[in-house]
Amino acid sequence: MPSFVITEKCDGCKAQDKTACQYICPNDLMVLNRDLMKAYNQEPEQCWECYNCVKICPQQAMEIRGYADFVPLGGNVIPLRGSDSIMWTIKFRNGKLKRFKFPIRTTPEGSVDPFKGKPEANIANIKKPGFFTHQGAGKAMPLPKK
Amino acid sequence: MEKESCTFSYCQKPAIVEHETDVLIIGGGMSACGSAFEAARWANPQKIRITMVDKAATDRSGAVAMGLSAINTYMGENDPADYVKYVRADLMGITREDLVYDLGRHVDDSVHLFEEWGLPIWKKAPDGHTMDGAQEAPKLSEGGKPVRSGKWQIMINGESYKVLVAEAAKAALKENREATGVAENHFERVFIVKLILDEKVPNRIAGAVGFSVRENKVYIFKAKTILLGSGGAVNVFRPRSTQEGQGRAWYPVWNSGSGYALGIQAGAELTMMENRFVPARFKDGYGPVGAWFLFFKAKATNAYGEDYCTGENFEATKKLYSPYAEKMGTAIRNHMMMMDMKAGKGPILMRTHDAMAELAKTMDAKQIKHLEAEAWEDFLDMCIGQAGVWAGMNIEPDKTPSEIMPTEPYLLGSHAGCAGFWTSGPADVIEATGAPKEWDWGYNRMSTVSGLFMMGDICGASGHKFSSGSHAEGRIAAKSGLAFILDNKDFKPTVTKSADDLAAEIYMPFEIYERYKTYTTAPEVNPNYIKPKMLQARMQKIADEYFGGVGTWYMTSKTLLEEGLKQLALLKEDAAKTGAKDLHELMRAWENYHRIWSIEAHARHIQFREESRYPGYYYRGDFLAINDKDWKCFVNSKYDPATGDWKCFKKEYKQLIPD
Ligand SMILES: Cc1cc2nc3c(=O)[nH]c(=O)nc-3n(C[C@H](O)[C@H](O)[C@H](O)COP(=O)(O)OP(=O)(O)OC[C@H]3O[C@@H](n4cnc5c(N)ncnc54)[C@H](O)[C@@H]3O)c2cc1C
Ligand code: SF4
Ligand code: SF4
Repeated sequence: MPSFVITEKCDGCKAQDKTACQYICPNDLMVLNRDLMKAYNQEPEQCWECYNCVKICPQQAMEIRGYADFVPLGGNVIPLRGSDSIMWTIKFRNGKLKRFKFPIRTTPEGSVDPFKGKPEANIANIKKPGFFTHQGAGKAMPLPKK
Repeated sequence: MEKESCTFSYCQKPAIVEHETDVLIIGGGMSACGSAFEAARWANPQKIRITMVDKAATDRSGAVAMGLSAINTYMGENDPADYVKYVRADLMGITREDLVYDLGRHVDDSVHLFEEWGLPIWKKAPDGHTMDGAQEAPKLSEGGKPVRSGKWQIMINGESYKVLVAEAAKAALKENREATGVAENHFERVFIVKLILDEKVPNRIAGAVGFSVRENKVYIFKAKTILLGSGGAVNVFRPRSTQEGQGRAWYPVWNSGSGYALGIQAGAELTMMENRFVPARFKDGYGPVGAWFLFFKAKATNAYGEDYCTGENFEATKKLYSPYAEKMGTAIRNHMMMMDMKAGKGPILMRTHDAMAELAKTMDAKQIKHLEAEAWEDFLDMCIGQAGVWAGMNIEPDKTPSEIMPTEPYLLGSHAGCAGFWTSGPADVIEATGAPKEWDWGYNRMSTVSGLFMMGDICGASGHKFSSGSHAEGRIAAKSGLAFILDNKDFKPTVTKSADDLAAEIYMPFEIYERYKTYTTAPEVNPNYIKPKMLQARMQKIADEYFGGVGTWYMTSKTLLEEGLKQLALLKEDAAKTGAKDLHELMRAWENYHRIWSIEAHARHIQFREESRYPGYYYRGDFLAINDKDWKCFVNSKYDPATGDWKCFKKEYKQLIPD
């Protein structure tokens, strides 16, 4: 299912040096046409339909059209990703609609403080099994019973 | 043919950035993020520098970029020894049980961290009903009960799984910058092309080179140790869908075999590269079936409603593959599915409608609605395209069954596959279980190249780690990598090859393209170079037709492999004549070069192992059965970077955990 950009909605991320879709695509597919200030997918047959560009686009200018070699026209799957949940709208070829909402995280965005409240690592134990979290909590690593 | 060289006579010369570090993490996926987290805690007080380099944006890179709907490895109340038995059975008897056990005893801590960081994990309410991960419930570490979709799997709302794991890794890297005073230690959109061996100490890693996919810059990293986590190989075989749909491979299209190619060319020993993974998935969309089997208890049948894993199929399978047939591993079930497909009894159907009807018998309307949402979420969290296929085809799972089919083959070692590198194991487990002493050369997860550690999809003979296990394995490798640095305090990496030479090698596809592009009126067809896209197509055709892809029902043989390898050798020569028009194509050029190395290793291993160890994944037509007497062993191989020789050999398998 290659991504596509709706001409009217895309504003080229306001000519910043990197567009949101270009920044996120794990396969480096999105490029900005600087003359038109519109983005496009340069290699639709290498698109994994991961929807990361669709989720991140600030203008909601991106959608996915089912791979033409096996998906009949007319269906659509559209996400709306918030800070703690995502809403999906699924439109079937026959017009039927389904909506689902799922949580995505239970903490505020950007709040992960990975070592807060965690034990220090004791370098003397670096060759002993167990992570610093195990060792600091006095948890021994088991061995298979004989 | 004339050999090309790059003197920057035609293409622009890139700026060269040299970056010195202690630990270099290659990749930004599950294992890399795990290694950054663990490494920083140990390294910061020692002022040891850590650097991570990822070809994409770490927030959404690797196999978990889209999210996941389950964590497939969580011990909880289970004994890691039982986990070893399950992995051994699924991988047809041959695994490094020391590595698998070690993973099992470490993995839960990573899962507990994910939950702390904000990953919603489904819980079982006291009355038995399912609560999604945002509902108030005790955490797993506080005794909360996960919702199991199998003995080892737990369900999550995992849309942001990778974002969370990356957030923790990036915060850990930031703390390392603060502790060491290094300005930059996280490079995104830098593609690593090759590793560099030390020029004073033999067989010792010294660094890596790569280039920016965004600007004309070549990067030279010098490091005392490297933690390699750059994933397995996809699109090495011709995919079933060859137009737009080839992007919809089951395995992420951007994991292009760099993990294997980087290690192989440095001379690291491989193990079980003959293994591949051919998942049976919903046809075309390749959506996950695991939750349908395990969680919704759906059955897959042939078009006549018959279970293809019973009766005549099962009897015939036992004749060739007993005692593995009886264990009903993933490969064996594929095999029996294909027996029916070949007999014209397809399409094979996942009977989602029957399963939902069965579950609905004991549920009220609200619960059924919840169940339906859960079924869709399985796709929307990790294979959104499958939801698109259903929408386009008007398939509602409670009304219509869906077709399933085995995909094209992929090379990987953390999912239900075990292709990867041979590494040192955990000393205490090796000691306690009487495993061969040669499995321990001092540093857990270190490859046979000093200072080069393997993690996740490319650490071999230890599959079924999945996302959580790959994260945990990254952490294990990080600790060992640091121990290695501390034991070798005086080592300073020596790279004598000039920066210009390294850059010239990387930019060669530009030089070639710029030199010749105007020779023809259309740049795509030119006798002086091959474009990455065509290189990939030729490789896939060779792999498909000679190494047992979907085109031959996964069938190959000695003679076919020999011919395919001959053609691959020519292709490898031609790869030195790839032309690239921009940075994006330069990445495609090197990705495909990495794919060629990966598929070559795969073919050589299949050629060496004279049996069909993984029926349903591949067959040797000349050795159709499993032959435990001669082949219940690891097949290892080693490419010698000094001479260019490639050797395959047997290594003893030892069962450590009794049946
Ligand atoms: C379709 C699919 C479904 C899955 N479902 C589940 C599931 O439900 N539950 C579960 O627990 N696990 C699941 N897994 C398994 C899990 O995703 C993997 O086990 C895990 O991601 C492997 O981790 P890794 O670090 O080895 O590789 P990855 O996470 O894939 O990371 C590889 C990294 O390497 C980088 N990279 C690659 N090449 C280069 C290069 N040349 N230079 C620099 N960087 C590079 C990539 O950008 C990426 O960051 C699934 C996997 C797949 C493919
Ligand atoms: S993110 Fe959206 S608005 Fe920005 S360039 Fe891409 S498509 Fe256009
Ligand atoms: S759907 Fe994914 S792979 Fe396709 S363009 Fe968007 S971000 Fe890239």
